[in-house]
Amino acid sequence: MQIIKPDVNFDFVGKTKAAVILSLVVILIGIGSLVFKGGPNYGIDFAGGTLVQIRFSEPTRAADIKDALKGLKSGDMVVQQIGEEANEFLIRVPETGGELEGLAQKITAALEQTYGAGKVDMRRVEMVGPQVGKDLREKGLLALLYALIGTLIYISWRFEFRFAVGAILALAHDVLVTLGAFSLFNKEIDLPIIAAFLAIIGYSLNDTIIIYDRIRENIGKYGKEGFAGVVNRSINETLARTILTSGTTLLVVVALFIFGGGVIHNFAFALLVGIIAGTYSTIFVASAFVIYWEKRRPGHMEAGLAKRSHG
Amino acid sequence: MTKGFKWRGLLVLVCLVLSLVSLAPTLFRDSLPDWWSKAFDPIHLGLDLQGGMHLVLGVDVDKAVEGRLDSVVDQAENLLREKDVIFKRVDRQAGEQLAITVYDEAAGMQVDALMKENFPSLEPLTITAESGYIQKNYRLSTREVENIKDYAVRQALETLRNRVDQFGVSEPTLQRQGENRILIQLPGVKDPQRAIALLGKTARLEFKMVAEDVDPQQAVKGNLPSGTQLLYERRVDSQTGATTELPIVVQEKTVMTGDLLADAQVRIDTRFNEPYVAMDFNAIGAKRFDQITAANVGKRMAIVLDDTVYSAPVIRERISGGSAQISGSFSEQEATDLAIVLRAGSLPAPVNILEDRTVGPSLGRDSINQGLLSVTIGGLLVILAMTIYYRLSGIVATLALVLNIFFIMAILSLFKATLTLPGIAGIVLTIGMAVDANVLIFERIREELRLGKTVRAALDAGYSKALSSIVDSNVTTLIAALVLFQFGTGPVKGFAVTLSIGIVSSMFTAIFVSRLIFDYFLVHRQVKRLSI
Repeated sequence: MQIIKPDVNFDFVGKTKAAVILSLVVILIGIGSLVFKGGPNYGIDFAGGTLVQIRFSEPTRAADIKDALKGLKSGDMVVQQIGEEANEFLIRVPETGGELEGLAQKITAALEQTYGAGKVDMRRVEMVGPQVGKDLREKGLLALLYALIGTLIYISWRFEFRFAVGAILALAHDVLVTLGAFSLFNKEIDLPIIAAFLAIIGYSLNDTIIIYDRIRENIGKYGKEGFAGVVNRSINETLARTILTSGTTLLVVVALFIFGGGVIHNFAFALLVGIIAGTYSTIFVASAFVIYWEKRRPGHMEAGLAKRSHG
Repeated sequence: MTKGFKWRGLLVLVCLVLSLVSLAPTLFRDSLPDWWSKAFDPIHLGLDLQGGMHLVLGVDVDKAVEGRLDSVVDQAENLLREKDVIFKRVDRQAGEQLAITVYDEAAGMQVDALMKENFPSLEPLTITAESGYIQKNYRLSTREVENIKDYAVRQALETLRNRVDQFGVSEPTLQRQGENRILIQLPGVKDPQRAIALLGKTARLEFKMVAEDVDPQQAVKGNLPSGTQLLYERRVDSQTGATTELPIVVQEKTVMTGDLLADAQVRIDTRFNEPYVAMDFNAIGAKRFDQITAANVGKRMAIVLDDTVYSAPVIRERISGGSAQISGSFSEQEATDLAIVLRAGSLPAPVNILEDRTVGPSLGRDSINQGLLSVTIGGLLVILAMTIYYRLSGIVATLALVLNIFFIMAILSLFKATLTLPGIAGIVLTIGMAVDANVLIFERIREELRLGKTVRAALDAGYSKALSSIVDSNVTTLIAALVLFQFGTGPVKGFAVTLSIGIVSSMFTAIFVSRLIFDYFLVHRQVKRLSI
């Protein structure tokens, strides 16, 4: 079976201007949402706080739970239903209560008073102190930074510096789009989301490199078509692969999104957005950028690219 | 390129057998001989999958330094008295310092000499004159402070380990983290609340004489004579179970501490059928206790645990047997836990909870099921897509994929890595990305076939041309995954583990194993047309 005919020749490069506008609009909406909401919506891993997941033996409502917990006098309590049946909830409070009589126990006790003993099953407790939250935030950012530097070095070594810059630009695009989507959909950024961001970075690079690799190969063969022509040809030649791989990856991510359960849900959401953005950015950001660079500094490329054409 | 077909086949076979052997205990736990399951552990599940408790405790090391200074202050006071040096006072000051105030220069010189001789670790500081007195300041050296802090954390780790051992959790993990943090993991713990209470208790046991001449009510209002201390006595109503706290004033000076305990046991008081904790002192402790009780017959002695008075009985007679008891209307579990912490020893400094992640067993089971479900569905969808798109070659890719998952699990079990929920997500993601290598190869082969090459030539060209793309793209992802592994914590690490293993293993299966299968059909079945 074939989805993409072998002689396909879409004019991707010609759509660069429209693509840049689209990307800017999407990113600006995301940034607008971030600014409007006062920064990223950090979950307890990074902001500190307490989160409990509770299953009730009978369905109840978030408002009733809040009522039952009024006595705790917690500032910003968030009660959120998990799943379809209204018997499992996440309760999040910004306080940590580092002392031994944990906040989680107080919450259970208060709920048992309203719902009756034995009707409340505490399934999960997460308490992160502010100091640990700060550490985790710093470590997470460092991990992102090191991953970027490491891949930048590797791509510069395998290709050329400007290709590395194009790749980094593409993945910055993907991370920004995903971050914006998280803000728009009010999703919390937690430790697993950092892992998701790194997976997106990995995926985005992966995708970009496949096309760069093809560009490198085609420059020798079709140099006469001009750089933009070579890039467009390379995108078209790898199109079938791009669609198939993105497709299969999206299939499993959708499976995770639907069946993976509460903890994995946001993680899968990040991957979903990130992979779509990553596929798009490979074509319209990473490839467009090297063309842009070539236009500014022409004639430079062939020598540089030819050097490792069969690396 | 069908050279060494046999050797390559053998390599894959060896990997396969090794994986089967190491995975067998995970797959069929019960039907294997004992030696087998012992040699290869089943895959170790993270706390989020099997349920359990992950705690990070912070040791308040500054308190340990203060404690040490307090005892130096005590010793210095005794020393100066012993040597008949006239001094105004000795006190602890901020900045890891203590100050000795004397009336004249002569006494100051005496103090200098004595301190230098007896406390070499203290650094003398500038002398500040304070309205006619001479104040000698001494500071703990930076190195000494570091030592005290370090020792406090190590001691705390040791004590916590003792407590966990007595609490009875299988395969607990206790680790020092950074300078003053301790990580504790208790898989499958049943009563997290109790575990926290048990671990977090400082368990500093002190015996202090009650200051009978001070009215507690006055003390509550703030009229506290110097040298005394206001504490609260915990009383439990045996009928209602309600606790009340009564103010009680004690001498600040501790006459004895719990360090001298040899053992602590729960006993039942037969008269009231109430549990109490019986303590036995060691030889030194027994002697001390004997002296103290002899000197204070008729007075009340408060038994203080972590600044709460548990009881303050009247000493009726000299106690020379070297045993004492704490009673205070405990429940049986409270008494048991108290005995545990007393036996395990006190923490050198208070601890507080910095991080607590507790997952109940039911949620863990749900997570495993959801994880398995998404792996299965995701895998089936990918297999379906590949088979429809690449027909028989798609089935080769499928075989490589299944083998890949199998290898990932085997490597996890061989390296005793921990499988977590994000780890499962990593495997699912690997499934999606692993087929990429095969997609790249197959697309190349199709291109080569379109150029009119023979099956054999197209295969060769397809594999070799796709290789650089596959390696480059996988290495970059691997870099990201390894960084995650190095700098990530908790869930991030679990994800990085399976992703890294998955990338390496997928390169093996998607390139090496799939090629082997193609070669088999080409050479041994003389296939002339490729279903791709």
